[in-house]
Formats: sequence, structure tokens, C-alpha cells
Amino acid sequence: MKIIVCIKQVPDTVDVKIDPKTGNLIREGLPVIINPDDKAGIEAALAIKEQTGATIQVVSMGPPQADVALREALAMGCDEAVLISAREFGGSDTYATSGIIAAAIRKLGMPEILITGRQAIDGDTAQVGPQIGEKLHIPQVSYVEEIQEVTADHLIVKRQFEDGYHIIKIKTPCLLTAIGELAKPRYMTVSGIVEAYNKEIKVLGFEELKDDLELDMIGTKGSPTNVYQSFPKQLKAPGTVLKDMSDDELVAAIMAKLEEKHVI
Amino acid sequence: MSKGIFIVVEQRDGKVQNVGLELIGEATRLKADLGDDVYAVLLGCGIEGEVNKLYHFGADKVILVDSDYLKNYVTEPYTKAVTEVVNKFDPEIMLFGASSIGRDLAPRVASRVKTGLVADTTGLRMAKTEQELQQEAAHGCKDPERALLMTRPAFGGNLLATLMCPRTKPQMATVRPGVMKKIDKDETRTGELIKLDVQFTPEDMNVEIIEAVKANKKMVDITEAKVLVSGGRGAGRDAYEMLRACADELGGEVSASRACVDDQACEWAKTEMQVGQTGKTVRPDLYLACGISGAIQHVAGMENSDLVIAINKNDTAPIFSVSDLGIVGDVKKILPKLTTALKKYNADKLV
Repeated sequence: MKIIVCIKQVPDTVDVKIDPKTGNLIREGLPVIINPDDKAGIEAALAIKEQTGATIQVVSMGPPQADVALREALAMGCDEAVLISAREFGGSDTYATSGIIAAAIRKLGMPEILITGRQAIDGDTAQVGPQIGEKLHIPQVSYVEEIQEVTADHLIVKRQFEDGYHIIKIKTPCLLTAIGELAKPRYMTVSGIVEAYNKEIKVLGFEELKDDLELDMIGTKGSPTNVYQSFPKQLKAPGTVLKDMSDDELVAAIMAKLEEKHVI
Repeated sequence: MSKGIFIVVEQRDGKVQNVGLELIGEATRLKADLGDDVYAVLLGCGIEGEVNKLYHFGADKVILVDSDYLKNYVTEPYTKAVTEVVNKFDPEIMLFGASSIGRDLAPRVASRVKTGLVADTTGLRMAKTEQELQQEAAHGCKDPERALLMTRPAFGGNLLATLMCPRTKPQMATVRPGVMKKIDKDETRTGELIKLDVQFTPEDMNVEIIEAVKANKKMVDITEAKVLVSGGRGAGRDAYEMLRACADELGGEVSASRACVDDQACEWAKTEMQVGQTGKTVRPDLYLACGISGAIQHVAGMENSDLVIAINKNDTAPIFSVSDLGIVGDVKKILPKLTTALKKYNADKLV
């Protein structure tokens, strides 16, 4: 059995700083991490590996520096790492990105189980996973919080909803998108880290994938969506403080504020 | 030519969800600029009884796909049905709720019909200014005056980005629940019902639902909560029930200041609920600070919240300087009254 896990290296958004003049993200000194949902996906794959002897390929699309994330995944116990990287791929939106990753997966050979994180903390779109699934013509279960059974030809998984869950049987090959609840990632081991740095990371670039791509649908120019503008979140206007009013008046003021801000 | 603003209306257990009505409301606002009809796309099994409600909230037409295959949400049959709507009607705009269903369905549909999709939008408008029209045209848009601009947060809400989908139709987006406003219900309003017969085959049901369970969601991590009702020393050692009741009405969670967590006698305040430098950093849509003075270390953990409302007896409490709305008063009296007001509001809101 083969599992492919797709991961993304992301800035740790807890520490994000915005340049107040340009409105751009200040990338210098910003720590980068494996996207948390993806890391839960790695852990889930490792658990299946321990149970079934499956091999795990971990795949990431990004700049050459993304090999740090791939090496971390190797150090956790993944077997092979593949970096999808080319200048032509830069600026791709989710449609273009998923097309490129799908082409890479076909090149690597379809796995029985494909795992992505539900969403990445830098973009929060949750789109790339299902779009890869669509382009590979395989069924999906997203928001997976538990994998209950793994056999050669099917999985049984728990799919989270806002108001409950489904227990779903899905035939392989299939796509699962992982949420944080799926698995608590293990730490890298020292021997794993040493091994990870001795392993070669395979690189798939434009040349390797071009025959299988919609060439007019990749990169900044080919992406169906384009950025019109980006801007920092507006700073708060100074607040008001209400006093010497009756409790009922104060409650009415809170209710009005909640309505105005669409909290209720 | 692509035409019409299409809302894929979410239903669960045969009941139309609020987010669908919110999007129909937003569609009526876009219609004022675009001039196109508002179509509600309703998918499910035995749901024709919900159709009139969609007219009452602003839909001009309802496309109904009623089938056993659509009883529970399953990705493939739903994707097939929506794709068929796109192919048959050629919509200008198509919107989905950014729920765990919409975010599963919309990317499948967008990929299948080969168009762009913008996730989790919080603002929509038609291109109007010269600069907007020019930019659309520069990106290859042939009819800039019919172009949709879609705004969404990125990088954990630190940045907002406005996106366009200039060359492909439909222009598609998912929209966060609770952001757009429903229009006032008008029970005299009616519209045109279009029943669409989609030919499903057993192969479309490519997963099997073994069990579908409705459950109260378990206690979430406070960093994930959209609303936090946070208690400090001023809320009291027995404040939990009061805070919880208010959080329940707001669909939120209870958090606490360090003063409460460190106080052994304050049993309800657990470490995992602590907000601040030594606790967790939170950025909910609403942070309701109850009896929290607002020490710097606390503020560091919550200052990025979208909306901060503080209730405190002391009108010089530092929390007021980081609050959008400060309420000087006794939290033990005001909070229960607020909970009652929210209860009434929520009851009135039910359609």
C-alpha cells in the first residue's frame, strides 16, 4: 500500500507582522512550520504505516526552501520526499496549484490513500485538497477526524460536521483531508533527523510535469483568480465607554453593537 | 452569455440553513448593481416544502433538485447536481456558504467546470470604479461591468485581500456564515419554481454513509472559538454558569484571565482556558471581557480580537482602552440580563 501526504510550509501566523506602510507581510525572521492540519495528516499516515507496512511519500509544492518541511516529515518517519518547484508555478491560485500537484501525483504513481490537510493557516482556503481529488477523479472525505479501519480496498473514517459526524466507508484510491483532531503529531527522533538529512529529496519541476499540465492554467497568468489588491486590516476606531446608565440601557447598547458588527 | 446570481442553498435534515438565506440577501444587493435575477439552488430529498421560504427571503427563482441521492450530504451526487445547474443555466455568479459542506462541495464544482473559486469571503461587490473596471479588463475580463470583487481575510486575519475572477464563469465564492444579512421576510413574495431532473446512477454514490450522527459539538480549543466570554476576578469565583449561559447564546466558549486561573478557589478557571501572554493568544470575532481589569499580559493575548466589549465596575480599568465598547457596571447584574436579551433575540430570529 502507498500513501501520499501533501504538505505545505507556512509562516506561523500567530507571529505575523504587517508593514504598516506597504501593507505587506514582513517575512524576515518569520518562523516557518509544517501547516498544522498537514502535520496531523502525516501522523495519521505514520499510524497506518505502522499497522499495514505502507510506504509514505510526502509531497510539497513551494520554493526550494520548502525542503526544510519535507526533511521534518522524513525525520518523523515518512519514506520519501518530493518537492514540486518551478518558477512557472509561482503565483498559482488553488485551481492552478491543484492541477500541478495532481500532475505530480500521477507522475509518482497513484497511491491507495492520498492525504492533505483540510486547510493551510496562511490562506485558510480548504480548496486545494478537494480540487486535487477532483483532478485525479477519486472520491473524497474532507474534515476527517478519525480513521477507524484500513484495508487494502476501503477505509472507514469519521467525518466532522458543525453539528455532528458521519461514519463513512470509502473505497481506495481516495482522498482524505485531515483536521487537527485526527492525530497528535509525534516529535522527530534524533536518528530520524540524521537519516532525513542523508536522504535525497526528489524534485519535480516544470520540465518533468509539463506534458500533463493545462499550460494555460498555471502560475500567476493562468490562475483563474487574481489578486486585485491586498491591504492590512483596518485599525480600530477608539472605543466608547458608557457609564452612569441603567443596566437595561447598557444591555441594549451591547445588543446594538453585536448586531452592528454582525456577531448576532 | 452568463447570467444570474446563483445561491447554492445549504439544507440539513431538510431544513434550509441561515447561511443560505444570508446569501440570498446578499444576492439581492448585488442584483441592484448587476440587474440579474437571484436563483436559489435547493438540493435534497423531500424538500419542496422549503421552496417558498426562499422566495420570502429574496429569491426570484428556485431550482429544485429532489432525489433520494441527495438525502444526506455526499460529495459526488451534490457535485454532479450543481455541475448540471452550471452547465444548463450558465450562471454569472455562484455562491456557497463557507460551511464544512460548502467548503467540500464548491472546490469540486469549480474544478469540474474549470473556473476560479474564492474561499471564505467576507465582502462582495460589483466592479464599479474606473480603477476596478480597468484592472478587470487588464486581466482579460471581457465584461468588466459584470465582474465581481471578492474580499477575504488571509494570514490569520492580519491581511485582507480582494480577488477577481476575470476570465472564467461562473465567478464563484464561498461566503462565511453570519457575515451577510438576510433581507426582511416578505411572505407575500413569490417566484418561479424550476424542477431539474438530474440522472443519478449508483456509481455516483461513491461512498457509503454507515452512520449519520447529530451531536453537540464537544468543547473546543479557545483559540478556535469565534466568540469568547471571558471571566476575570471581577466576575467572581462562581461565575462559570453565568459565563457559560451567555457563551451558549452567542455560540461561543468560556475563557479566563490569569487572575482567575491562578486563584485556587476559582475552580472553574482551568489552565487551558487562560488568555494572555502566559496563556493563549486568541482572536475571536467577539471577545466579551467580564470583570477583567486588562493587565498588559492579558491584553497581549486578546488585542487582535475583531470586536472587544468589556464590562467592568471600575471606569479607569485599562481594558477599556482596548475595547470597542466599554460598559461601566456590575458584570454580575449585566451579564445575566444580556443572556436573557440574547435568548429572546435568538428565539425571534428562528424562521
